[in-house]
Amino acid sequence: MTARRKLQIALLALGCFHGFVLFAGFFAPYDFSAQNREHPFAPPTRLHFVDAQRKFHLRPFVYGGAGNASDGAGIYPMHFLVRGAPYQIIGFFPARLRLFGVEEPGRVFLIGTDGYGRDQFSRFLYGGQISLLAGLLAAILSVSLGAVIGALAGFYGGWVDEALMRAVEFFLASPWLYLLFAVRAALPLHVAEWQIFILLVSVLGLLGWARPARLVRGIVLSAKERHFVIAARGFGATDTHILLRHVLPQTYGVLLTQVALLIPHYVLAEVTLSFLGLGVGEPVPSWGSLLSQLQQYFILTSYWWMFMPALLLVPLFLAYYAAADAFQEHFQQVAL
Amino acid sequence: MTHLRRCFGAASTAVLLCGFVVLPLRAAESAGDWMVTDNPVGHTGGRLAVALRSEPKTLNPVLALDETSREVIHCLTADLIHINRGSQKTEPALAKSWSVTRDGRQYTLQLRRGLRFSDGQPFDADDVIFSFQVYLDEKIDSPQRDLLIVGGEPIVVQRLDSYTVRFQLAQPYAAAERLFDSVAILPRHLLESAYRKSNFSDTWSIATAAPQFAGLGPFRLKEYVPGQRIALERNPYYWKQDRNGVRLPYVDEIDFLFVPSEDAQVIRFQSGDTDILSRFSADNFAVLEKQEAAKGYRVRDLGPGMDYNFLFFNLNDVSAKDLPEVARKQAWFQDVRFRQAVSAAVDRDGIIRLVYSGRATPLWGHVTPGNKLWGDAQLPHPAKSLERGRALLKSAGFSWKADGSLADSRGSPVEFSILTSSSNAQRTKMATMIQHDLAQLGMKVHVVALEFGAVVNRLMKTHDYEACIMGLASGDADPTPEMNVWLSSGDTHLWHPKESQPATPWEAEIDGLMQRQLITLDYAKRKRLYDQVQEIIAQNVPIICLASPNVLVAAKNRVANFQPAILDSYTLWNVEQLYLQ
Repeated sequence: MTARRKLQIALLALGCFHGFVLFAGFFAPYDFSAQNREHPFAPPTRLHFVDAQRKFHLRPFVYGGAGNASDGAGIYPMHFLVRGAPYQIIGFFPARLRLFGVEEPGRVFLIGTDGYGRDQFSRFLYGGQISLLAGLLAAILSVSLGAVIGALAGFYGGWVDEALMRAVEFFLASPWLYLLFAVRAALPLHVAEWQIFILLVSVLGLLGWARPARLVRGIVLSAKERHFVIAARGFGATDTHILLRHVLPQTYGVLLTQVALLIPHYVLAEVTLSFLGLGVGEPVPSWGSLLSQLQQYFILTSYWWMFMPALLLVPLFLAYYAAADAFQEHFQQVAL
Repeated sequence: MTHLRRCFGAASTAVLLCGFVVLPLRAAESAGDWMVTDNPVGHTGGRLAVALRSEPKTLNPVLALDETSREVIHCLTADLIHINRGSQKTEPALAKSWSVTRDGRQYTLQLRRGLRFSDGQPFDADDVIFSFQVYLDEKIDSPQRDLLIVGGEPIVVQRLDSYTVRFQLAQPYAAAERLFDSVAILPRHLLESAYRKSNFSDTWSIATAAPQFAGLGPFRLKEYVPGQRIALERNPYYWKQDRNGVRLPYVDEIDFLFVPSEDAQVIRFQSGDTDILSRFSADNFAVLEKQEAAKGYRVRDLGPGMDYNFLFFNLNDVSAKDLPEVARKQAWFQDVRFRQAVSAAVDRDGIIRLVYSGRATPLWGHVTPGNKLWGDAQLPHPAKSLERGRALLKSAGFSWKADGSLADSRGSPVEFSILTSSSNAQRTKMATMIQHDLAQLGMKVHVVALEFGAVVNRLMKTHDYEACIMGLASGDADPTPEMNVWLSSGDTHLWHPKESQPATPWEAEIDGLMQRQLITLDYAKRKRLYDQVQEIIAQNVPIICLASPNVLVAAKNRVANFQPAILDSYTLWNVEQLYLQ
């Protein structure tokens, strides 16, 4: 497979995944905060086609209760494009149309419920909105900062390089966890969700610039010695021109690869931040908070379906890594 | 039943036969006033491993504050009169008997004779006098000091002879001889010089060498390995023996392993590293229960304990300058109808089911059903009712906007945060459920989980919070340990600690009732006073009581005489009687 083809497939997979998350309201059957206190830790609802009388139904159905009782509980067929709980498309347009659902009091929990009886599948989709966007923005922030600092250090060398690289080392060596405690203590108790979001992005983004900066510096160091750069300099090109036109384009491959690698990394970092009270608060889900439930022993041992969000993340992360890989190959080919 | 009793009968005959052989041998050695326990007779030997959540901070009984230190110290020391954690009644300990004057102000205690500390030095009245001198010393500031000050005056201790001590109280004390429980008697010969040199607060740290430590408890210090464990060995001079004259404790050694999280403790118990496990969540109870038979241990649900979890609002005097938001919202919090409305909307049954898997009791007052003597049976137990909540809010001037959100009389939306500790999954879960319940009243609630130290700092020092979910555990069934929760001047008067004047008439009333119950000796009269306190609290809801979790414990099948109790130290209170089969 050519690098181009691989890239296309990876990007298509990512596009689909992001589409699901972006239109979570449509794909999720329930609101993320709706509690079904009768059904805590309900296992995934089984979809049936054949009922107790061995009659085949063209339309899949679920049984009543938590959806798993087959002892004469009512049959609730699954309907598509139904009117469900209200939601907002991309946070603006009110809507009620949902892809699928069953009539009350039937319930459909595709990957089970959590300890409050909230639908894990809906929470997974909604959770992605915060986690993916935060991961994406934070990765872009980290990489842009890293690119600027790394490029300056590599290009100018000398004391600029020394100063910036010592700063990088300082950043890598500092115990950020304690700084985060301090940040949390300094904040007011309830911070609006958008503020938390910005905070999340800036904490992740600002703490992650050091490694990309080192990488970029290395590339810039070698790029600035290349013949076409020296030639451009000979023709009297300014530093800015050389940097923007000839040197930085050499780093794009690395930068894109870094973004693709950092996003999954940041999605996981949010688990820690949630624990420090810096993540989004209940009941708003994030992938970090869904995964952090698995830190509890009884969930690990008793409720296998609580792993489903983690499993669903695997193809996403693979797609990101494949994209990173493909970017790298693609840019190598271009460079050659 | 008859079958059971017959089995017991057979066992005791067998035991008696053994006793015949053992008794004469022991009799020569035992010159002291040993206490004879009535537990089923066991045999000596073996090592017991127990996990502790953290390292003990100190081994000094005068200074110990934290639960883990006290758990270890409990095995190393003894008190004069002890509360039997099983029966919740007092029993003789180092004092073999005592008498009280009619006015309840003078206690005369007869000490056991011929007792020795774990280093072999004799024990007498001088050790008692010295111990109380230390506990009452203002400079040392022992956490127990407050309990030894009755009616504003420290109790006066007087030595009548080597084995008789008299305690003089300024006022009669309702909890009576319970006063002496957990006041560990110190060895004067080891500690007096440190006390005189004023470096007492540095003595008996966790790193103390074994020979420098001595107590009257069933065990003595053997070894401390930082970060790993603290090992105790049998005290050969211990003053209790079983019916057969076998000197207790039965086990040779106790190993306290430091295992920092509950989940890790459960895993190590399951894998057989530890023998006893106490106080774990209902979720882990379900996990353990599944493998009970296969792994050779037993789990027990002792029913409701003494802990109560509750939600409360910030009622401190905060200045509008420093904390404008909190001060503004206090207009709601201070209205009793607002608090009652919140209480009415809380789904306590849901909390019991979801947070505790049914292993807890819903609460409407702070005295838990585990406390058999002091609960007020008259307290109403209203079911969740949003209608009642709405009616209360309406009468307090709140109204609802078109989108269903609640607004106060000035039209500002009702929005506040509930603080919980991030290390306590149960309380965070309760907060999330209450958030959902209150949304149905139109309130917007945020759950903020912070690290425990930060929560306490906000509650006690900065007062920068709006509402909080906390839990308190009564150390004893008696109302006395609750004094500093309910007195308006108390440290643990959480919604408004250390008031200089009672902030409200009902707090003043509680102050009066609590002070009176403290000096009322008649149980029935005292109970009426405490009932009134409970009714005032239920009426004015400074705390919205939620749930009292059951006490859950587990032990390996080979641990015999295991009689867990709902008072701390839940599983090890009869540690000297435990033996390994």
